Amino acid sequence: MSSSGKVVRLAEGGSPLMAPLKETIDTRTQQDPASGAGLWGQAPYAVLVVDTAGTVVDLNPAAEALLGGALRGAPLTETGPAWLARAHQEAAGPARPTDVDDDPAGPRRAAFQGRIGARSFEAQPAPGRDGGTVWWLADVTDRQLAEDELAAERTRTTFLAEASNVLLASLNTDRCMRVTAQLASRHLAEAAVVIGPAVGRKLPLAYAVEGRAAVCGTVTADPEEVPGLSEALQGFPPVPSRWIDPASLPAWLLPEDFTGTVGSAVVTPLPGHGVPAGVLVLLRGTGAAGFDESEEVFARLFASRAGAALSAARLYAEQSDITRTLMRDLLPPELNRVHGVEFAGGYRPSADRDRVGGDFYDVHPGSTPDDASLAVLGDVCGKGLDAAVLTGKIRNTLQALTPMAGDHEQMLRLLNGALLNSHHTRFATLVLASVRREENRVRLRLTSAGHPAPLVIRNDGRVEEIETRGTLVGALPHIEAGTVETDLLPGETCLLYTDGVTEARGGPLGDELFGEERLMRALAECGGMPGAAVVERVQVLASQWLHDGRHDDMALVAITAPLTTHLSAVDGHTRGRYTA
Amino acid sequence: MSTHTLAAPGMRGLQDRLWSAVTDRDEHAAASVVLTALDDGVDAESVLLDVIAPVQARVGTEWAANRLSVAQEHAASAIAERVIAALAHHPAVRTAPRLGRVTVACVDQEWHVLPARLLAEVLTLRGWRVDFLGAQVPTPHLIGHLHSNGADVVALSSSIPTRLPTAHAAITACQAVGVPVLAGGAAFGPDGRHARRLGADAWEPDARSAARRIADGIAVPAAGRQQIDDLPHLGDQEYTLVVRSRPQLVREVLAQLETRFPASAAYTEEQREHTAQDIAHVVDYLGVALYMDDDELFTDFLAWTAGILEARRVPAASLRPVLDVLGAELKDFPRTTRLLGRARTVLDAFPATAGPTTGAFG
Repeated sequence: MSSSGKVVRLAEGGSPLMAPLKETIDTRTQQDPASGAGLWGQAPYAVLVVDTAGTVVDLNPAAEALLGGALRGAPLTETGPAWLARAHQEAAGPARPTDVDDDPAGPRRAAFQGRIGARSFEAQPAPGRDGGTVWWLADVTDRQLAEDELAAERTRTTFLAEASNVLLASLNTDRCMRVTAQLASRHLAEAAVVIGPAVGRKLPLAYAVEGRAAVCGTVTADPEEVPGLSEALQGFPPVPSRWIDPASLPAWLLPEDFTGTVGSAVVTPLPGHGVPAGVLVLLRGTGAAGFDESEEVFARLFASRAGAALSAARLYAEQSDITRTLMRDLLPPELNRVHGVEFAGGYRPSADRDRVGGDFYDVHPGSTPDDASLAVLGDVCGKGLDAAVLTGKIRNTLQALTPMAGDHEQMLRLLNGALLNSHHTRFATLVLASVRREENRVRLRLTSAGHPAPLVIRNDGRVEEIETRGTLVGALPHIEAGTVETDLLPGETCLLYTDGVTEARGGPLGDELFGEERLMRALAECGGMPGAAVVERVQVLASQWLHDGRHDDMALVAITAPLTTHLSAVDGHTRGRYTA
Repeated sequence: MSTHTLAAPGMRGLQDRLWSAVTDRDEHAAASVVLTALDDGVDAESVLLDVIAPVQARVGTEWAANRLSVAQEHAASAIAERVIAALAHHPAVRTAPRLGRVTVACVDQEWHVLPARLLAEVLTLRGWRVDFLGAQVPTPHLIGHLHSNGADVVALSSSIPTRLPTAHAAITACQAVGVPVLAGGAAFGPDGRHARRLGADAWEPDARSAARRIADGIAVPAAGRQQIDDLPHLGDQEYTLVVRSRPQLVREVLAQLETRFPASAAYTEEQREHTAQDIAHVVDYLGVALYMDDDELFTDFLAWTAGILEARRVPAASLRPVLDVLGAELKDFPRTTRLLGRARTVLDAFPATAGPTTGAFG
């Protein structure tokens, strides 16, 4: 340690400050060897003089008070403190090099330390008369205590910092419980168990022993079996840690790989700040010392961090459950084959962190294979959650209106009325496609309400724009829309898309629109491809075009007449069936 | 039901039948090849890795060799997807999860989903509970998933080297929430050296070895590491500056090519865009080589591009002016200058092709 090195340097490095003092001592010792009342008799340090034979020839009053007068004239090895005797032997031998040895004058001696009674001393030798040694004993008890305290505090701070790092990293409750148990079993006890608030009748647990990876589990048990547990789980104000009688611990509380007998156990609540976070149970074997007060205080510091992390994780889990439930109906559906027609969809919300946006699509299957299915794809003005909420409303309304799908214009009028009567101020564009398989071709009736025209990829490589025009919905009291019919031959695909695709800005020069022309060129290469592959191809091109740039929501639906004559081939859920 | 692996000839037979079904775009025939093999008791993992995977690999090589069209290649992948989905529902294949939980995902912008899909199926077969997040998973989604559901390990797939910076962000983000990452896919290099460089906790070359590695257990990473700790050279900001000025660089190269080679001024809009895209690609690879501080990433890409150009009877030397313009534009960046210098040496070693020089490539 650098502090003791420094002491050595001052004592023996021949520093100008100390040199005259040493001179005086030597002189004084030579003049009046028997006197303890001289100059060094008043020194605030205990001083003893040891001759070459190892006999204590003199002590000053401070040393006498400390070691007792019996030492005078006796061999240091027999009557003095053992560490001092060893130090004397060593000091008489060749010099020990120290790690602060950077003085060209030669190696220095390190300071010697040991205890006398309840106090700690640092002993520094100085050469005396006739080859003897003058030992200066400095009381360093308080410094030692402070240093020990500092070292312990540093270890704890490091541990708390590490604990905070690890605990705050994850918002997963299981992981938070495991980490808490593992850290506690490494730094606070031999084994640790974290018990979380009950889920139904089950208590979630995480066990860890001696810092090894924790194990999660659940147990059906009454929290009353562990003192302090039920109060903590009910969110009552945290009570200080409790000592509990190890014999009263239920068997389920002991980790499987904890082999010893529990000698001491402490239950510390994890403060969850309004959310019950659970409790931490610390266990030590019979061989180990019990928990002292400072350890308990420290355990509470750790518990407050673990509790904060656990309750944050629990809140996050609750919130994401709510979000997931609310969002379930807003997510784009997975499309499959319906009544012999292949449907494929692709969706990319504008912000990567979102899963929903202002674009939407749906396929409502016809009630029988002979009835037309209704595919819808649309775009609500705006982005993000607000727009997504309106897409939910439109999708619900359209689903309710599917019995009227025979007349697209009427359907759009009703939708328009519903939107105008709502408090939403946004409008939407959409395209409706009634789809019916007839023999091996697919009959389409398409109506656009202010939406980009559907594109049809023909088998001869042409890409056809379906000319259907209509008014957007949700803005004007009266709307008009024209419906166009067309057929798909086996292998042909009709693509519905939102303008997020064509308005993707990027490209090699960074600021060009992807544009309809580029989309048409890309589709021209997609002749005969399955719908899912067409959708993916367009998504890949658009995403490459964007090259990390910002973009609007993008949605695509491909309606494809299958190449094969199977009524229902593999849709990922059932085995294929033949019709012929 | 007992299952078995077929001897090599039997496998080849299955591969050939699946190959013809896939190239005929006959989804039903393809499904029936696979499902019949399962009915006959062929081991499901073997069907996935020794029948479907090699056929897909062949689709890739045939496409690269220009013997399959883009449409056929996409159709083949779409069919493979559905065949795997059908296989997963076969009664012989259902496995109850009894091991831990694994998340399988492709990095953002990675559309090449099949290797990840195969690994997900293999892990499911071996008894893992697998969350397959699919192609192009934005990192926030991946992390949100880990927070909500937890995982013992994330298997992260990437095939394109230019996505390595994105992969790096995903790897460090997963590790920051305490989940170790196994990296896989062509992007990480044939020996996985890029995976190691990016601090992935494990790397494996194929699905079987990845499944074994996951079963062996991968240690939880230490918290608190950041991207710059793996790649201290990023402190010079060259990567950031080059990638940020990509559009300006492409524009500048394009403009200078047109003054140097008047012929290219007569390019059609489409030819011009192709050229611009090729230049953008060079800048992208320059960027990732700067990110990884790995010269080979750039020189390998240039050698590969030069090879393709030569195959199209465009001399490799036509890439030279692109490097020269970039060199002049980026002369203040020492690492970039070094990379461009190496690339020039590699290009100059390419044998010159006879024929008229168009000066640009497109």
